[in-house]
Amino acid sequence: MKLLLKNGRVIDPSSGTDGKLDILIEKGKIVDIKARIESKGAKIIDASRLVVAPGFIDMHVHLREPGQEHKETIATGAAAAAKGGFTSIACMPNTDPVNDNRGLTEYILSEAKKKAVVNIFPIASITKGQRGEELTDMADLVDAGAVAFSDDGQSVESSQIMRRALEYSKPLNTLIIEHCEDKNLSNEGVMHEGYYSYLFGLSGIPASSEEIMVVRDIILAQEAEANIHIAHLSVKGAVDIVRNAKKKKIKVTAEVTPHHLFLTDSCLENYDTSLKVNPPLRSKEDVQALIQAVKEGIVDVFATDHAPHTQDEKDVEFDKAPFGINGIETAVSLLLDRLVSKNIISLKRFIKMISTTPSLILGLENKGKICVGADADLTILNLNKEIVVDVSTFKSISRNNPFQGWKLKGTPAMTIVGGKIVYPFFSSKSL
Amino acid sequence: MAFKHKHLLGIQALTPSEIITVLDTAESFYEISTREVKKVPILRGKTIINLFFEPSTRTRSSFELAAKRLSADIVNFNQQTSSAVKGESLKDTILTLEAMNPDAIIIRHSCSGVPHFTTTFCQSHIINAGDGSHEHPTQALLDAFTIRQEKKNFKDLKVTIVGDILHSRVARSNIFLLRKLGARVVLVGPPPLLPLEMKKFGVDIGFNLDRALEGADVIMMLRIQMERQQKNFFPSIREYRNLYSLTEKRFRRAKKKAIIMHPGPINRGVEISADMADSAKSVILKQVENGIAVRMAVLYLLLGGKKREAFA
Repeated sequence: MKLLLKNGRVIDPSSGTDGKLDILIEKGKIVDIKARIESKGAKIIDASRLVVAPGFIDMHVHLREPGQEHKETIATGAAAAAKGGFTSIACMPNTDPVNDNRGLTEYILSEAKKKAVVNIFPIASITKGQRGEELTDMADLVDAGAVAFSDDGQSVESSQIMRRALEYSKPLNTLIIEHCEDKNLSNEGVMHEGYYSYLFGLSGIPASSEEIMVVRDIILAQEAEANIHIAHLSVKGAVDIVRNAKKKKIKVTAEVTPHHLFLTDSCLENYDTSLKVNPPLRSKEDVQALIQAVKEGIVDVFATDHAPHTQDEKDVEFDKAPFGINGIETAVSLLLDRLVSKNIISLKRFIKMISTTPSLILGLENKGKICVGADADLTILNLNKEIVVDVSTFKSISRNNPFQGWKLKGTPAMTIVGGKIVYPFFSSKSL
Repeated sequence: MAFKHKHLLGIQALTPSEIITVLDTAESFYEISTREVKKVPILRGKTIINLFFEPSTRTRSSFELAAKRLSADIVNFNQQTSSAVKGESLKDTILTLEAMNPDAIIIRHSCSGVPHFTTTFCQSHIINAGDGSHEHPTQALLDAFTIRQEKKNFKDLKVTIVGDILHSRVARSNIFLLRKLGARVVLVGPPPLLPLEMKKFGVDIGFNLDRALEGADVIMMLRIQMERQQKNFFPSIREYRNLYSLTEKRFRRAKKKAIIMHPGPINRGVEISADMADSAKSVILKQVENGIAVRMAVLYLLLGGKKREAFA
């Protein structure tokens, strides 16, 4: 089956391409890119007035399978990703049981092969059971298909174990991803510590709990000459630390989520648990610093930290609700509307941060680029279409998304994975 | 004098004139509790649920007596005897109670925001009887009622609030109320329990009790919870007592006619010396007495309906 995308505005940051081009896809690969392609027997997709980008990659997703399939499964998470415009997602290891061994990683990959409409890349835990005590068999896990390591949800508390993990990761050419939080400081906190936590009477998570771990991990990565990736950067102080580290050419990369860019701690005035997330929504000053960091390129990647929880789990006292925002189906529209259409960053830069760079950071071959021979993973955008966020249309099992009712301009129009149209969800025959 | 609220969730949502309305209404009810027959038929036929998820004696009994003196039927619901211990969610518990058609639910809960959460799925009037570290609006209203009895006017009053400000819902509601009525508020306590950012509430912050007491008209002592010491908010009870206990010697720095308040329960000899708690300057028991009139006023203003004007 051949697929021919006609007249799309093709933007590929890795090659600098930006222009009206046709793309021919065959056997899951891009086989030709030219101003005008004719191909007999190819299914033609009219992409005029649409943007064709290399498939988007979300390197921070929670799929909940195995163990918490009532929140999300590999299949539903993948469908949600496809609808959100993502062709590849990396899933965090905090499943039940934790993905800390070859068996689990292979299980996730085999389930993904059977049920997922997008590419799934497992992230294994740094320590066994995410307990922070013993390293996992990292080489074995890399061999099984783990693309990175993280104890996401918490930091590796012991500096020594973190140092060993960074050292050990080097010859494996893999990546350590850290959720930066000093639990001694965040303690029982449920929101950002500051004026609003004092106003609402909720326990605070201070900025220092993130900053201290970011600084520690950067120092350790520098010492080990290893790569470190900082998950969901959320405070100004941590942005400054990453900026300084980059100036010193330390191998650090960082991601930011849409919710940390577009929501603040003041939004919690009604104790809406769909806004309860870790790291918490921060202050206006922090949000300004994050946007500035995106503009400057201090933040490398957009990621969602998609964290599904059911309505029942969230419909409780604020203190008792689980942390997490279900964000994979709203991320692209939010970023297009709030950053691209407002000219805070260019479209090319947006695509770079959500496709090109995550593919490089995770070392995904043949992804994150549009060139002959690359995987035919493509995200097609309609920049002019306005949508209203409606959680009832989500493909995710869960609905814990705080952007309900937001009007946003720009949306994924089609998602193609390995040459197959996976969104919209009709069979390719009806096109 | 309008009071156009369905719920009483906190002081923050009230205007100064609404606060005055509550105080004036409470004044008109005050006398009922001094009669031989302490009952008026104003809320006859109304059903109120006292839903307390936290231990409480004074607030719960105060609401209960307030409701009874207005002839409402009131049911007490305690956490210990409820289905909550069987794992029922808060929402299910409240929906179950609401199915019994109460007119109002009075809620006390250890988590901030529970009364607000309740209003998202509940039709009854919701009255916040203390939510976590957030607000305790009827306490602030009864405190204001007591201050007004003694001081007449809020403008230019200096009110010093002492203790664990960070975790105190009483402090928050009082800060909001006193600032709305134009009083000057000084907060004092151990630094870990008194974040500087609270200055944005329009208050002064200090860490030295002697200085904070200079020229005070009202001294509001807060209960210090022993478990805070285990979390290192202050080094020891001994040190806390040395720095922040209200003693007679310290009291002399305040104005001659200064009054001493405490929301209770008191740790005698910790945040306040026994002789100060029992002194003529203390209005602590007066606060308890006034609590009934203020809660009658709140119940009446929220539930009273058309009879309101006739009564006033």
